[in-house]
Amino acid sequence: MVPYLFLGFAAMLLATALMVILHKHPVTSALFLVLSFSSLAGIYLLLQAEFVGMVQIIVYAGAIMVLFLFVIMYLNLPHDVEKGAQIAVRRGIGWMVGALMLLFAGLLAKKGWVAGPVATTPADLSGGNAAAIGRVLYSRFLFPFEITSILLLVAMVGAIVMAKGRPASPEGEGE
Amino acid sequence: MAALMQNEAFQVALWAMVKVGIILGVMLGVVSYLIYAERKICGHIQARTGPNRVGPLGLLQPIADVGKLLFKEEFIPAGANKVVFHIAPILAVFPAIVTFSVIPMGPPPMFVVTDINVGLLLFLAMSSLGVYAITLGGWSSNNKYALLGGLRSSAQMISYELAMGLSTIPVLLRTGTLSLSGIVDAQAGQLKAFDTVLPLPNWGIFHWYLFLPFFIFLICSFAETNRAPFDLPEAEGELVAGFHTEYSSMKWALFFLGEYMNMIVICSIMVTLFLGGWHGPGVDKFAPLGLVWFLTKLFALLFFFIWVRWTYPRLRYDQLMGFGWKVLLPASVVNVMIAAVWLYWRANA
Repeated sequence: MVPYLFLGFAAMLLATALMVILHKHPVTSALFLVLSFSSLAGIYLLLQAEFVGMVQIIVYAGAIMVLFLFVIMYLNLPHDVEKGAQIAVRRGIGWMVGALMLLFAGLLAKKGWVAGPVATTPADLSGGNAAAIGRVLYSRFLFPFEITSILLLVAMVGAIVMAKGRPASPEGEGE
Repeated sequence: MAALMQNEAFQVALWAMVKVGIILGVMLGVVSYLIYAERKICGHIQARTGPNRVGPLGLLQPIADVGKLLFKEEFIPAGANKVVFHIAPILAVFPAIVTFSVIPMGPPPMFVVTDINVGLLLFLAMSSLGVYAITLGGWSSNNKYALLGGLRSSAQMISYELAMGLSTIPVLLRTGTLSLSGIVDAQAGQLKAFDTVLPLPNWGIFHWYLFLPFFIFLICSFAETNRAPFDLPEAEGELVAGFHTEYSSMKWALFFLGEYMNMIVICSIMVTLFLGGWHGPGVDKFAPLGLVWFLTKLFALLFFFIWVRWTYPRLRYDQLMGFGWKVLLPASVVNVMIAAVWLYWRANA
């Protein structure tokens, strides 16, 4: 059962991820990205990482993509049909990077897979993996966790400062 | 076939399907009569009788309404994004139905569809997906009022989701589990603190540090379901009908269905988190009584929702945002800290 479900989710993930970059309409692309996040959450669930799967939906599909969509709709972006030298250059760079990636993938496939280091001690999964993640996050990975939260706080403060704009200069002082 | 029936996984799947079928069927009936109840209660609040022509006391009114909606002409505005226009109403109903799968409506195993250990997160995930229906419905209609309604609602729902998620954390701190059945189990029995003075049940709301989260959750759920006093997305006076201005026939009915189903879901979650779930006197002797208690609490909350809608005026948009970000969010953060310190102190004192 699980392998078939995995094939289904993986196929959907690839198909929707391709549609994100191939579709011409920005809103439809964003919707396909939501679908691909959801199929990724499905794969997490199959790996018995239900906490990560749900958080994937809450954070990416539910919060970040809604804001993306919000911005796309607000800006009312036109269809991606630009022409001209600039777009040709961009396309060229895209093709070159893509070809390089394919080359890398070919080289890697030729070398064969190498198994990475395996965790020596199995994680303590008592109380579900939400509890396990909490234990690890607040003990071994406390420092990176706190650093990340400070980073997000700085970004938030920065966003508020930018949204407020420059204070109106008092009269007579004009720029 | 016999071998298939013996298969344990197949049996689980079969029973889940049967339960899903029952819930879906019952829910459609409940939603149509909830709309009837809303119209009737609204009528009495406004000193009139409400629907009373179709059948005795107007009880057949919902059937007449659905019949009318089914036969109505479907209209798609020119310049609408047709695919998204079709998908949006489906998205309005789907998250609410999915959430029902984790709500324990009575003692297990009969009245619980599934008990996953991230049940509460599933509810939060689905309520965050609910934003898409309204945003996309508003955008794809190619109508400025609908677009404004959709944008308003996505901003409103994202803002209030934060306070709502934070207000559930003290509950999780107390029970130590994300499974909704586990949270209900932790509310069994009697409250120890005042059992000599006043015999109170051990429900979440009777623990002092869960009192404020209950109210924050309640207020946020008005905003999440887009109901008055927070029904800005469909403010008639300024936006015609908000995001569903261009919808007609069954597509419009699906938006309505979604709104009422969301209401039922969010009230069920409130019952589960704060009001003791299906616990009540006599459940240990006769299990189906649990369902009765659950439904009693659920309908009391639903009545409260309707009551509030027809009592309070609509907020202004800046008041709504200011209230969400400057009052509810800090209040729920402070409450999380107080509850955490209290529970830690009590566990280690």
